[in-house]
Amino acid sequence: MSEPVLQPRARWHPWAMLAPSVALLVLFFVVPVGVAAVESAFAWDMLTPPRFVGAENYEALARGGELLRVALRTFAFSALVVVGAMAIGLGLAVLFNRRGRLYAFARGAVFSAYVVSWVAVALLWTWMLDSDSGVIAAALHACGLPRVGFLTDPRVALVTLAGVAVWKIAGYAMIVFLAGLQSVPPDLLEAAALDGARPWARFRWIVWPLLRPTAAFVATTSLVISFQAFDVVRIMTQGGPANATELFVYAIYEQIFLNLRVGRASALTVVFLLLLLFLTGLQLRAWRQRTAA
Amino acid sequence: MKRVVLPLLAALAAALWIAPYAWMLSTSLKPLREISAHPTALLPDSPSLSAYRDVFLAIPVGHYLLVTLVMAVSIAVLQVALALPAGYALAKLRFVGRGAAFGLVLACLLVPAQVSFVPVFLLFARVGLVNTLPALVLPFAVSALGTFLVRQALLSVPDELIEAARLDGAGEATIIYRILAPVLTPTLISLFLVSFVFHYSDYFWPLMMTTDESVRTLPLGVALLREQGAGVRWPVVMAGNVVLSAPVLALFAATQKHLVRAVTGR
Repeated sequence: MSEPVLQPRARWHPWAMLAPSVALLVLFFVVPVGVAAVESAFAWDMLTPPRFVGAENYEALARGGELLRVALRTFAFSALVVVGAMAIGLGLAVLFNRRGRLYAFARGAVFSAYVVSWVAVALLWTWMLDSDSGVIAAALHACGLPRVGFLTDPRVALVTLAGVAVWKIAGYAMIVFLAGLQSVPPDLLEAAALDGARPWARFRWIVWPLLRPTAAFVATTSLVISFQAFDVVRIMTQGGPANATELFVYAIYEQIFLNLRVGRASALTVVFLLLLLFLTGLQLRAWRQRTAA
Repeated sequence: MKRVVLPLLAALAAALWIAPYAWMLSTSLKPLREISAHPTALLPDSPSLSAYRDVFLAIPVGHYLLVTLVMAVSIAVLQVALALPAGYALAKLRFVGRGAAFGLVLACLLVPAQVSFVPVFLLFARVGLVNTLPALVLPFAVSALGTFLVRQALLSVPDELIEAARLDGAGEATIIYRILAPVLTPTLISLFLVSFVFHYSDYFWPLMMTTDESVRTLPLGVALLREQGAGVRWPVVMAGNVVLSAPVLALFAATQKHLVRAVTGR
């Protein structure tokens, strides 16, 4: 990174330009991390005075196995969302990477789900997946298939939420893959086709190697997005049935707003941030590879 | 065969995304008694707007929409207005502490709202700002990502442009907002749109920072439609969904190129 050469007209100018941004960033991003770390050492219900408890909040979360369960559940959810969104996003990108009105419309239709509110998407799918009067239950019944408790069966609910999240963000993956596909030289594909390479071989040996950095980028961004999932849980299942869909951010929300346990919520927040930093480390590496490619 | 199969596949895939919207619209036009008699009839027998009327009766749509728009526009405007001078200082000026300031911006990229909401809520509770517009706007008035993107865009603007403006006697504020901003228009439009769309639709932050009606936003209001009373009145919820989604879908249709450009970062 090269140094800028322009001298400011007055020494205080750069800091005046940065002052509002720096002040707000410190107040709303740096200070909160410190506050969370401090609060995690206290037991506080926002009513009676806080009491210093040291590492007890972390111990309590770890001892009951709650922390591990929430973390594993969140990772499982993220894995489903990332794999699903990438596979569908890539497939759609390859299918839609053509000229014509139909394809432009299809691209817009799929990407639009990424733009509308999670609230709208979650409510819409709650209605469609309703086990009594939902349209999907009716379709299954018409095909002679058994009833599935998409949101009420503890073994199914997490997968259902992941499916809804995939529907929501597959358009994002598709759009980024489409941008990546623009870097594949058409002459190369034509030459390979003339040499008799079948479509699958062309994809496997020409397109995919060129898309690898893009794929790493999509994987890590959608990993971070899905790791922070909250809206689908809050609206579709409230963490249930039997805690089967209690993801990390929802667990923090429950601790502070439903159980009024500021210390537990803060301890969860600290662990959550550490996991996110780990995931973002992966993301930064992918970014670098993408810009280097 | 390819001529037929590919468009067919594309249409089928598009249908997987269009059909749920169509179902939402169809449900919203059904009278309540139709929904209880035939919940999965494809189209309403006698379409009516009664569900929409019920939405307006159940929640103050106008008030929520106003709060949402004021919040989302304020955030988007502030992000653009503050990212410009900060990005200019970081990209173009030589001064001690620039590296540290840039490091701060990058570090803040790592802390999402899902991490900061507990401490920020405690902070706002202490100073009595819960249930106010500042609690919804201030934490997002600066976007670390926006500052970063504006800085990146300014790197490719030649210094000569700034030097010439200085020779002409333009002040720094004039240089930033009158000379550099127009050069960055595509970046700034993308930043504004992404920020607006995200905060218009945001459910998480307003849910955490509000406990009563005063500054409730439309996504919260629509989500509340489902929680009201016994038994969900799905036509009403879906009508609320249409009201919530229509503005964003219209904006999307009008600005798709900018949004795509912003998302792919190209």
